[in-house]
Amino acid sequence: MQYSSQAVAKPYFIAAIGLFTGQVLFGLIMGLQYIIGDFLFPAIPFNVARMVHTNLLIVWLLFGFMGAAYYMIPEETETELYSPKLALLMFWIFLVAGAATILGYLLVPYATLAQMTGNDLLETMGREFLEQPLLTKIGIVVVALAFLFNLTMTMLKGRKTSIAIVLMLGLWGLAVFFLFSFYNPHNPVLDKYFWWWVVHLWVEGVWELILGSLLAFVLIKVTGVDREVIEKWLYVIITLTLVTGIIGTGHHYFWIGTPEYWQWWGSVFSALEPIPFFAMTVFAFNMVNRRRREHPNKAATLWALGTGVMSFLGAGVWGFLHTLAPVNYYTHGTQITAAHGHMAFYGAYAMVVLCIISYAMPILRGRAANSEKAQVLEMWAFWLMTVAMVFITLFLTAAGILQVWLQRYSATPIPFMAAQDQLTIFYWLREGSGVMFLIGLLVYIASFFVGGEARKAAA
Amino acid sequence: MSGTFTKSMARNIFFGGTVFFALLFLALTFDSLQTLPKRDNRANLTPAVAAGKKVWEVNNCIGCHTLLGEGAYFAPELGNVYKRRGPEFIKAWIQAQPTGAPGRRQMPNFHLTEQQLNDLVEFLKYMSEINTANWPPNIEG
Repeated sequence: MQYSSQAVAKPYFIAAIGLFTGQVLFGLIMGLQYIIGDFLFPAIPFNVARMVHTNLLIVWLLFGFMGAAYYMIPEETETELYSPKLALLMFWIFLVAGAATILGYLLVPYATLAQMTGNDLLETMGREFLEQPLLTKIGIVVVALAFLFNLTMTMLKGRKTSIAIVLMLGLWGLAVFFLFSFYNPHNPVLDKYFWWWVVHLWVEGVWELILGSLLAFVLIKVTGVDREVIEKWLYVIITLTLVTGIIGTGHHYFWIGTPEYWQWWGSVFSALEPIPFFAMTVFAFNMVNRRRREHPNKAATLWALGTGVMSFLGAGVWGFLHTLAPVNYYTHGTQITAAHGHMAFYGAYAMVVLCIISYAMPILRGRAANSEKAQVLEMWAFWLMTVAMVFITLFLTAAGILQVWLQRYSATPIPFMAAQDQLTIFYWLREGSGVMFLIGLLVYIASFFVGGEARKAAA
Repeated sequence: MSGTFTKSMARNIFFGGTVFFALLFLALTFDSLQTLPKRDNRANLTPAVAAGKKVWEVNNCIGCHTLLGEGAYFAPELGNVYKRRGPEFIKAWIQAQPTGAPGRRQMPNFHLTEQQLNDLVEFLKYMSEINTANWPPNIEG
């Protein structure tokens, strides 16, 4: 690596992969609870498993983003990190706080946890994805501020590239919008309205800036295409993202008590949200086709192309599938939503983090690229996980269509649980695909331990 | 994307476009906040409803159920459960959990007091009276 302080990225990446594994294991538990309802009850009720599953997702992606930023910013700014020690300290604080939170979910009844951690002082818990105790939320803010301080100070003393600026914008946006998680009014409609300012403006807003800059960084490295060209593409893509995505928040304001004009604003703008993802796919393939060098790290290139395609399918196509208000009227809050959520998060965020890890980790371990053998294994993992996620999504979509028909659309709607009983076959198929995903993940982890002759680090 | 279209033009469009649409979003939000009192049932936002919302939150109900379609998809929609089942059924149901029926999905017993049960029912009643543009499509949620 070019700057020794980039090494702080390594523990972040390792933690990300570890927590990712935990997320998948809890996903499998929940998948089985969908079929065998009392599986692990009362030790791990579904709501606890789901909280662990989604919170681990958020935390491992944050570890991935932070690791990526600590790796990229010194190289982009051409200067050492302002304080590697602060970065390592924050790593341990975040890891311990994250682990303590997950253990709290698993070991203490949620209501007791709320009481123990000061929820009575400021009620923020018990809302989807924002279940973290007040103390953890404050911890997240502290870690994020220290992280942003460290990187901003690094930026100030170095070169200011567009990739670095877009990354910092995304990361600052992430921290700023998280502050809305502290706002929880008694009025449920207001609560829901601003809850989306965290959730939507993260994943369909500022996180996409992070996604774009990570992808642009790796593409510059593996293709050798001129920075000017790549950074111009990056600006075009993120323009499309925010122009469609900000008002696109309206697709969450159809049925929660908000004015009905949101059905128009939300439908029209979110129908355009696939465009930036399509541009991203075209971008990735275009740059790889115009490459000026043959980078020895084939696996990283595969992840870069994969994240373009899969984010377009998962976030773009599967998002569009149910975003128009007349369709969403029937599909809102069904397995269709779950299908979209799985492929979008995997395609856009899990894959881009695995992409930067794939590119950076060999360098952090002192080589330009892993051995042929290790890369082949990693590419097997790519295909196993990606194909498994395609199947998870297809089976959940099938379950969702049937659910909508039985419970919402037919002339004689049946109750929720009666409809669920009819979906069992799809839930079994989904669980099988989930096992395939886990195998892919284990192969991925194994690829880090495979020897063979590695390419030497570039001088 | 070559020739006259430069990176700095792309950057300016990015910042200009983002600011424009962020301001538009804020304007729409401002208008929504003015309109909400007519739709969000706030005239009935009693202390009992607020207390019920807290019971809902600290027991992580959203981890299995949806509320106006948002949440987890493991258990029934509860935004309209007050109209579907009525207050007495809801209270009896919560107290009877878990059913223990082999192989069936289980809801934990949260050991709610009579007061908490009443507050929760008030909260669910409140939710069922929000103007949701006629969602869900039918009473099954």
